Formats: sequence, structure tokens, C-alpha cells
Amino acid sequence: MRTLATVFVKEVVDNFRDRRALMSALIFGPLFGPIFFAFIINLSIERSLSNAEQTLDLAVIGAERAPNLVAFLASRNIDVVDGPADRQAALEAAKTGEHNVVLIVPERFAEQLAGATPARLEVVSDQANTEADGEARRVRNAIQEYSRQLAGLRLTARGISPLLLRPINVDDVDVSTSSGRAGILLGMMSYFFIFSLLMGGMYLAIDSTAGERERGSLEPLLSLPVTRDQLMLGKIAATCMFMALSLSLSLVTFFFALKFMPFEELGMTPNFSPSVVLSAFLVLSPMILLGAAVMTLVASFTKSYKEAQTWLSVVLLAPTMPILIVSILTLRPRFEFMFVPSLSQHLLLVDMIKNEPLVPVHVAVSVLSTLAVGAILTVICARLYRREGLLG
Amino acid sequence: MIRVEDIHKSFGSVHAVRGVSFEAPDGKITGLLGPNGAGKSTTLRVLYTVLKPDRGRAEIDGVDVVADGLAARGRIGALPHGAGLYPQLTARENIVYYARLCGLERDGIEERVERIVDLLEIGDFADRRSKGFSQGQRTKVALARSLVHDPQNVILDEPSNGLDVMATRSLRDLILKLRDSGRCVLFSSHVMQEVAALCDDIVIIANGKVAIDDTAEGIRKRTGCDDLEDAFVHAIARVESG
Repeated sequence: MRTLATVFVKEVVDNFRDRRALMSALIFGPLFGPIFFAFIINLSIERSLSNAEQTLDLAVIGAERAPNLVAFLASRNIDVVDGPADRQAALEAAKTGEHNVVLIVPERFAEQLAGATPARLEVVSDQANTEADGEARRVRNAIQEYSRQLAGLRLTARGISPLLLRPINVDDVDVSTSSGRAGILLGMMSYFFIFSLLMGGMYLAIDSTAGERERGSLEPLLSLPVTRDQLMLGKIAATCMFMALSLSLSLVTFFFALKFMPFEELGMTPNFSPSVVLSAFLVLSPMILLGAAVMTLVASFTKSYKEAQTWLSVVLLAPTMPILIVSILTLRPRFEFMFVPSLSQHLLLVDMIKNEPLVPVHVAVSVLSTLAVGAILTVICARLYRREGLLG
Repeated sequence: MIRVEDIHKSFGSVHAVRGVSFEAPDGKITGLLGPNGAGKSTTLRVLYTVLKPDRGRAEIDGVDVVADGLAARGRIGALPHGAGLYPQLTARENIVYYARLCGLERDGIEERVERIVDLLEIGDFADRRSKGFSQGQRTKVALARSLVHDPQNVILDEPSNGLDVMATRSLRDLILKLRDSGRCVLFSSHVMQEVAALCDDIVIIANGKVAIDDTAEGIRKRTGCDDLEDAFVHAIARVESG
């Protein structure tokens, strides 16, 4: 026990002094992840909100031919400005992005309208440009609305109820809660947590195995009157410590980052109170032992620091696989999923953010099975350390 | 006291050590001499229990290195070839780490480390991180940490490699001091003069076998060569031809 503690303390001190290792463990993963995520979400939310509210300046050719339409558009927050000279120029302007959308009112528009034949309008936009496409949709919707209004007036004028035009009325009933909607957006956050957890111990896992061998400090260490199991366990414990630190940092950073995201305006309330942060840590914590054991195991097989780094970056990506598959198939938590590390943590975390009650059996299976895999891998690591071939 | 009896060790198809036997008594310096690849390092690695012999046995103070590796390691201070330090720790912290792992009592560690720092004259750089140490400084610290628990048997694998004249000199002084305090010192080298100048007993190894095991004087007599280097070449040629 004393040996284990000595190794643990030394590895922790060693890693704290290694600036590069410390940066990657405690800054890149835990801080950049959530902040980057918050920034992106913020940007996209703000854009979608502002687009609906802001006044849209719409370039129109031949606005004088449709004064009523212009007035209607104005009531929908769309201001008409002078458009390009002709249709050719309009196409060009949409292509170059000079105007996102150009509305063309042909010369015969008023005549067709008066004659009650379908009057033609053209909406020119570049649909590959999401911003232009969005604006074009707004213009189209406004025109549709205007069109329906005209149709209603025409029917009324002929003594027919405009309701005849609406044989079916659809009402949407949304049962999602504001927390549930947030879950969709925040679901991928679980990968960030697992990623920064793994990042936290990566350098230590490399340093205590491949690094130690490369430096030539392994052989003298093994010639000391201590058992190799204890050395190995001390190293894994230190790796666990850094992973735990990095995980808690990333949870706390995310907690604060969420405060800067305008979720209320989207009708979302992510359930990420301090108590959820704590439960999230507990649910994710079995990944610490598993991560430390996997990283140490993989690094033990490599011949050099560089090789270990290469292989461990693959390990960093491995937990995304099940999360990605489940996200694409939008599967709901199921008993058998709880046996899969990283997947089970992801599903539980999403439920927490959605403020849905966790199934106790799911939590138990997730925790126990992940811990079991971690323990098995730790034993394999210790076994591996007893081999002669370890010295390379 | 170190006793080696007919040890063999193969790596795949390479038969690195094929029946090495010798004794390294307390209060004497025993030199393992031989060309590169002769099996010196493999023999020493068996002694500090990093490798297990395929055949034969080795004892440290009567403790079998295979049956009770932990106890055997407790009686050894080993300096493997090219031993590395922890670059982020200071020289002193490197030494303290080993002292703790060796199970020294917490109260005694500071005093013990102080003594070894004085003995090896590393006080000047003891509190600097070992990142930028010279080869000589590194070897001294590595030696200090392997001696920190005051082992009865000291095993050094090519300790003078890469050292300059001054550093080699202080290493030589240290080895003599260890002998005079009754320790068993076993070290390997491929440098003839070094071994001749220092060792009480010389074990010449070639091709994984012991070519000659005698004092410098005895070797000269047995090979009929006045010059020890000639004797060395002579002995090796004899093993390699038969």
C-alpha cells in the first residue's frame, strides 16, 4: 500500500510539472470543449432567432405594379427596396450574393390579377446558401399568405364561405418538455465529457509506460525491492486521479458555459443544475477506471512515446462510435445498451438533461458493467507488467 | 556476495548466455569484462531479477533470485545500462523516490539522502530538475538513488559509459570506497584498462561463456601474456574457436 501511494504521489507531481501534459489534461479537453461548444450553439441560436425578428430588405423589380402586395409584405416585416434593372441582372445579383433574394413582378401581373387568372411572381435566390434560402422561404411564405387572403376575398365577393378552402385543419400537439428539447441539442455533450476525461490521463498513461521505457527509467525501477503489481496500480491510480480532475473541470466549465446560451428564447430549459452536475460525475466516473486501464494497456504495447500517442488518439475516438450510431438511429435507452461503456453513460446523461427519471436498474448495470470491464483491464495491465518482454 | 551457477538465457533463437558461473565475494570488486554482445548485460539483468534465467541459478547473499526475487532485490543496488532519471523531478526528488520505494523509514530518509548526496558530490545540482543534466550528472544521480538504501551488493552495468575523465575518476573512487566498506561490487565494462586498474577479480565473458575467471595477475600468468589486453584477446579467441 505504501509503495502504491509513493508511486501515485510521484506520478502526480511529475505530471503536474510537465507543462505540455498539464495543458492537454486540464485545459484542452475540459475548457476548450465546452467553451467551443457554447460558442457554436450560441451563434446558431442567435442567428435563427434574429432572422425571424429582423426586418428583411427585399429587392423587388416592378414594385409599382403590385402596391397592395408591397403593403402586405411591409406588414410582415419585409421592406421593399429597389431591385436590379432587369431579370438578367437579378439572376446575377442572386448568384454573386449582392442580393440574397430578388422578387420579380412581371409587367402582366396586375392584368392577370384583375383577370383572376393565376398571376405569376418570381422569387430568385441561391438555395445553396442557407441564409438566402431562409430569406427566400420567408418571402415565399408571406406571398402564400397574401395569396390565400386574396382567394378568401374573391370567394366572399361571390357569396361563398372562404372556409370551403380549408376542408382540414391540423393542430400540432407537442408533448415535449422544454428540458426534452434541450436534450436533443445537448446530447453530444456526453462525448465531450468522455473525451476530456480520457485526455486528462493520456499523457500520464504514456509517460508511465512507453515514456518510462524510452527514458531508460523503467529498468532501474523494476530492480527495486517492490512488486510490479504495486508499481502498475500506483500508475493507474495516478492516471485515474487526473482523469477525475479533468472530468470534474469539464463538467463545471460546461455548467457555467450553459449560462451564456440563450436557451429560454428557444423554449428550452436544459436540466443542468449543480445536483445534475454531481450525478453526471457519478454516472461518468466508472469510465475513469476503464479509461485509465485502456490507455495504460494500449501504451504498454507501444515501443515509444510517439507510437503511444498515435494509438491513443485512436482510443480517444473509440467512445464516439456507439454514441454516434445511437444518435443517428435515435434509439431510446434500453436495458441491453447499459452493458456498453460510453453508450450507457451517454444515454443516462441525455435522460438527465431531459429531466426524465433514471431507471435504477439501468444505472446499476451501467456502473457495474463499466467498472467490471475496467477492473478486468487493470488486472491484464498488471499481468502484462510481469512479463520480461516489457523492457522491449 | 553474489553467486552465479551455470545460467543460460535465450531470446528467441539467440542464445545470449550459455552457462555462466562465477562468484563475487564481499569486500572485493569483481569485473565482468567482454566485447559488446558477449552476454554481460544479460547476466547482470538476471542478477537484478529483471530477466529470469532459462537454466541455472543465481544467489544474492544466499537468496535465490528466481524463487525470492523481492528479497534478492532488497539486497541489491543496481545501475542498469543507460539508466534514465525523471526529468521533471530534481536530483534529490529522484533519490527520495527510490528511498521511499525501498521502504526506508520516513524519518531516516532525509538523513540518508543527505549522506548519499555528499558521498557522490551532487550537492551543487541536487535541487535542480534533472531535465538538463549532463551524462556525468545523470550517472551520479542514478548511482546515488540505487545506493540510497545502503545495499550490501552493488551491480553496475557499464557505469563509465559516456563519462569524461573527471567523472570516471570520481566513479572509481566511489567504487573503491564501497569495497573498503565491505560491499560486494560487481560491474561490467568493455574497457580493458578500467577493469585492470580497479578489479580484484576479473571474469572475462565471450560468446555467452566465461573465458577466464581470475585476478589480473593470474590472467597474465595463465595466458602467458604480460600485457592484459593481449591476454584478453587471447582468452576470447580461445572461447570463440572452441
